Amino acid sequence: MRAWRYIAAVVFLLVGWQISSWLAGELIIPQPYRVFLLLLQEMKEPLFWLHVRASGFRVVSALIISFVLAVPVGLAIGSSRRLDHWSKPLIYLSYPVPKIVLLPLVFLVFGIGDAGKIAMLSLILFFQLLITTRDAAREVGSEVKYSLYSLGGSRWDLFVHGIWPSTLPAIFTALRIATGTVVAVLFFVESIGTRYGLGFYILDAWGRAYTPQIFVGILLMAGLGVVLYETFDLLERALCRWKRM
Amino acid sequence: MAASSPDILRVQNLGKRFSASNGNVYALRGVNFTLSSTETLAVLGPTGCGKSTLLFLLAGLIQPTEGVAYFKDHPVVKAHREIALVLQNYGLFPWKTVRKNVELGLKIRKETIDTERVDSLLHELGIGDKQKQYPHQLSGGQQQRVALARALILQPSLLLMDEPFAALDTLTRERLQDVCADLWRSHQFGMILVTHNIQEAVRLGKRIAIMAANPGQIVTIVNNPEAMTENHRGSDRFYDRAREIRNLLEVQQETI
Repeated sequence: MRAWRYIAAVVFLLVGWQISSWLAGELIIPQPYRVFLLLLQEMKEPLFWLHVRASGFRVVSALIISFVLAVPVGLAIGSSRRLDHWSKPLIYLSYPVPKIVLLPLVFLVFGIGDAGKIAMLSLILFFQLLITTRDAAREVGSEVKYSLYSLGGSRWDLFVHGIWPSTLPAIFTALRIATGTVVAVLFFVESIGTRYGLGFYILDAWGRAYTPQIFVGILLMAGLGVVLYETFDLLERALCRWKRM
Repeated sequence: MAASSPDILRVQNLGKRFSASNGNVYALRGVNFTLSSTETLAVLGPTGCGKSTLLFLLAGLIQPTEGVAYFKDHPVVKAHREIALVLQNYGLFPWKTVRKNVELGLKIRKETIDTERVDSLLHELGIGDKQKQYPHQLSGGQQQRVALARALILQPSLLLMDEPFAALDTLTRERLQDVCADLWRSHQFGMILVTHNIQEAVRLGKRIAIMAANPGQIVTIVNNPEAMTENHRGSDRFYDRAREIRNLLEVQQETI
């Protein structure tokens, strides 16, 4: 059923794409079949896979780093009134700053290579995950706490049996939202100081005004997003079974 | 029976004061009573008279600002392994199955999980076939049974219940009161039940404490030895007692 829904969505998008191509002209929007033919050709080239691997590595690394840093901090802040009290001004002052403007600084500190790109992506994802996790942990009701403490539970038990499982759905939602952000920012960071990555792949095609290649890059970026999105969906279904019962 | 059982709970001048914008507010003040190991006490009173505060103090979840509650001669300063609490909205964990919810207390206390005893209790409570379901898949009455099972699996000496049947329809509530009476007769534990339902208090409380508000205090305790017996509900004595309690509550209301 899920597969059929996907197929229906793909058909719908392809039809829209084809119509747009007819309306706008093939110089601006190439026909889908041309793009897919190019994609098949490109898949035979080792260089193409270098672009895919570079982007995949940066995105997955950034997701892991930001998850490892932001989720424990968010849980700690959200479940401790004192910590929340002290960290709130810091979060509120730093969260609204558009992180992308820190790109030059991040590149200065971490370099222009993979480390700088991953650091930039991680920085943006960190705040998204931190805020969502903190808010979710704050929402854990007093009933959960009283219930657990009355059973003889400690703060650690409250974390393991109460806070962590109750915040997991919100964390997965944050990860799904972060997926969209990370792919968008990926294009930006890969436009600077690299010769590998899907962002560079698209910019390179743009420089040559070769629109089918631009669309291959767009397709791959969308594919990367779908893979991440589905992975988080799969993990949520496995870890939060109670949500779908 | 109650007279021959030792006291497990002694409450002496217990009080709880909260800071408010207009000074200190007493949620509870000067509460005194004792409870034997097989006695049940129903605490009845208007909304906001400190019934739940009293229960939370006895459970060790909040600390008194005055007085002390002794459980088996030790002051209650934190949750005690022999005291179990059933909360108003059951306090079940939505992410755990019925069985995992019931076993949670044992797991936290690092006690061996006797699967046969868990099975037996779940069947005794009529939820043996619901073990793999999640709380939101159950009716309110079934959720209440899970909460009872989770408390009773710990074999508590004292069971505290905070308006446990308040959210249920009349028939389910009465059925669960009978289940509760059956469990008390077979397991024999001390019980304090907070309620605002007169018939519930008469059905389950061997003694009925009537509370008044501002500040929350116990104004009188009525003996009700017929409580918990079979065929109690519907008898003349049941309705006579309910009328008596109602009159006492009305007197309290008029004096406010």
